[in-house]
Amino acid sequence: MAEPHAHAAAHDDHDHKPHGWRRWVFATNHKDIGTMYLVLSCTMFFIGGIAAECIRLELFRPGLQFFDPQFFNSLTTMHGLIMIFGAIMPAFVGLANWMVPMQVGAPDMALPRLNNFSFWILPFAFTLLIGSFFVPGGAPAGGWTMYPPLILQTGAAFPMLIFSVHLMGMSSILGAINVIVTIMNMRAPGMTLLRMPLFVWSWLITAYLLIAVMPVLAGAVTMLLTDHFFGTTFFTAAGGGDPVMFQHIFWFFGHPEVYIMILPAFGIISEIIPTFSRKPLFGYEAMVYAVASIAFLSFIVWAHHMFTVGMPLAAQLFFMLSTMLIAIPTGVKVFNWTATMWKGSLSFEPPMLFALAFLFLFSIGGFSGLMLAMVPADYQYQDTYFVFAHFHYVLVTGALFSIIAAVYYWLPKWTGHMYDMKLGTWHFWLSAIFVNVLFFPQHFLGLAGMPRRIPDYAVQFTDWNMVSSIGAFGFGLSQLLFPYLIIKCIRAGRAAGNRAWEGAHGLEWELPSPPPFHSWTTPPSDAVIARGAAH
Amino acid sequence: MTIRKTLARLALAAAAGALTLPAWGEESGWAQLNMPQGVTDISRKIYALHMEIFWVCVVIGVVVFGAMIWSMIAFRKSKGAVADTTLVHNTQVEVVWTVIPVIILVAMAVPAARTLIEIEDTTRTGLNIKVTGFQWGWEYDYLDQGVTYFSHLDRASDAARELGSGVDPTTVPHYLLNVDHPLVVPNGVKVRLLITGADVIHSWWVKDLGVKKDAIPGFINEAWFKVDDGWTGLLRGNCAELCGRDHGFMPIVVDVRSRADFDTWLKNTAAEQKQAASPGASAPTGPLPNATAPAAAAPATRAPATATATVAAAG
Repeated sequence: MAEPHAHAAAHDDHDHKPHGWRRWVFATNHKDIGTMYLVLSCTMFFIGGIAAECIRLELFRPGLQFFDPQFFNSLTTMHGLIMIFGAIMPAFVGLANWMVPMQVGAPDMALPRLNNFSFWILPFAFTLLIGSFFVPGGAPAGGWTMYPPLILQTGAAFPMLIFSVHLMGMSSILGAINVIVTIMNMRAPGMTLLRMPLFVWSWLITAYLLIAVMPVLAGAVTMLLTDHFFGTTFFTAAGGGDPVMFQHIFWFFGHPEVYIMILPAFGIISEIIPTFSRKPLFGYEAMVYAVASIAFLSFIVWAHHMFTVGMPLAAQLFFMLSTMLIAIPTGVKVFNWTATMWKGSLSFEPPMLFALAFLFLFSIGGFSGLMLAMVPADYQYQDTYFVFAHFHYVLVTGALFSIIAAVYYWLPKWTGHMYDMKLGTWHFWLSAIFVNVLFFPQHFLGLAGMPRRIPDYAVQFTDWNMVSSIGAFGFGLSQLLFPYLIIKCIRAGRAAGNRAWEGAHGLEWELPSPPPFHSWTTPPSDAVIARGAAH
Repeated sequence: MTIRKTLARLALAAAAGALTLPAWGEESGWAQLNMPQGVTDISRKIYALHMEIFWVCVVIGVVVFGAMIWSMIAFRKSKGAVADTTLVHNTQVEVVWTVIPVIILVAMAVPAARTLIEIEDTTRTGLNIKVTGFQWGWEYDYLDQGVTYFSHLDRASDAARELGSGVDPTTVPHYLLNVDHPLVVPNGVKVRLLITGADVIHSWWVKDLGVKKDAIPGFINEAWFKVDDGWTGLLRGNCAELCGRDHGFMPIVVDVRSRADFDTWLKNTAAEQKQAASPGASAPTGPLPNATAPAAAAPATRAPATATATVAAAG
């Protein structure tokens, strides 16, 4: 029986695979598309990073040295948009593309042409967005949150911003549909829902969040568009509109969006920690339920981003309590990861190092999140560097570190080569140290009264800003090691073997490294699935 | 401050450790680590809440991080640790670490809700001031008192903050935290602010008063503060909501005076503004708080349009 399949696989591999540029432009293979997503994400990460370094350069000393305040505002706006929609989200979609078919025992994603389309929308979206730097009036400068009326003061960049957000949203929705259909329909027989790896689970839930909230964002920005060009006054008080309504709609998208950027990270960490603890994940089912309850709660906490707009007391109390509730499932996750390490047999390869940093530093972001939930205290934290420190701990040492950990974890599988562990360890220590030098002092700045999104500051904030900037320069430079290490690994390296890590479980490790063009041409047997789902 | 000096101080900080920080005194930037307690009952309650939740986080952090660090030390493969692969589930422990956070959260929610209810009580106020944020400054209108004026970034900061001004910000007194005409308020009186925006959204924030409220076109938001009886002096704050190019350059200064001083100031200013507004008067504005003569007339030319709609905000 195996003979015709092997033949088919070989046939497929050599005859129908497009070569040269066609391989990428007409790509329908989940691995090729996954690679393109990851390359795009890495590119955007460095472009957004350049914006961040410019911001920290201007903030190194008080007084304006380099940029006009308007351009500075463009930098902060574009940094936010590029990092969220260009770096973090496509990276997770790329990882889903690579790993979900392999992890559920499928040959490819369910909808390969849709997959191609959802990727190729993005380069156009970002060309449009980044191109706005070069039009009259400059790039959008109203903040990534696009609050009206301020955002309506944007110049020629305004429609470019709106359309690029529309395109990103379309891409996300199509990608999410593909993930859901793949997981629901393409699982190997025997791969029951509660045998799925946590990464697949977290992506399934994330995909539903994307489908639920991306249209909300599209609606909000479309209303901005008609306010700007067609005389509607959805958000203009002078015409009977309501600027606060935009904030409600935006954050109804925006808070689930936060979890869109962190739930896949939870999935990744739940794969890595058991592998390097050589012990199955503690409380698998509790982890699934925790992800699901976080996703549910994400829909009823949005107004905690806007406590200072003047809401009724009852609404503020409701959003305070619902926000505090999130600490419970999140706590369960952190405790379960810790319990997974407990009585394990730990080793500290780069993926584990980044996962451990995630554990510590994401928790710090969680603590400041808990503080921010207290409405009276939030009045003091809101729109200061304290909030800034909070969400960078969650997004940089949370989401970004998990992506780096994932790449270090699965890179041997993708390339078939082991990478330079020593360099990876260097990358970890430099990142982990500088990221704290960069973001920890921002807690102090915020508490001492420095508002966010300002190009210049009062002189008593100088010292910690300098420290923060030094951290930013160090962090930015150490990230250059990452693409260097990856390219080196793609070119050469010790053969990784099917199971690149001693403690790794899951269907992807049953395939050769690198995996065949169509990952699972025959579904894995029940015994293989059971071996992978070791919980 | 030069970079070398800063680096030297950094090295010193690393060597001496966090315990020496207070020795550098209140003025040092390094010592600015925490929220100020402020000068009102509410701001101190907020500070207490902030410290309470902070210590709760520290304790949880010590326990959880302690368990993580212990695992990393005790269960290393290089030290010959063998994984106990049966340890994958324990209902008892899982219930405990779900219930304990619930208890902690309830314990935190009660004082937070109590303080919030107090903050939202805007009744029985002694003085009402309408605050209008505009691009880029503030307008203060003492309702029914006949006193209205604009407050902008002071001239020294404004000159120094230009790109390539050549002025060292450290030589400017209260760089970016000084205005031409501060908001003058009495101590010991419950002052209610009616806050709105003229063009885009701003946010009126003075941390020592524990007040941050968005100034939104079409809305009138309420906030209040009551500075401790007997406390006089200047309090400084900023606009806290991104409002365009000069968002970083529209500070707030509150001049807290004794009740008698405030009453005198209000009476004099009202009389001067009335006289200035009467036909034949030459000066458009009278002498305002801390006004320097040439600056006084300037803001009038940058007067914003008032908010068009007044939708009362709940709260």
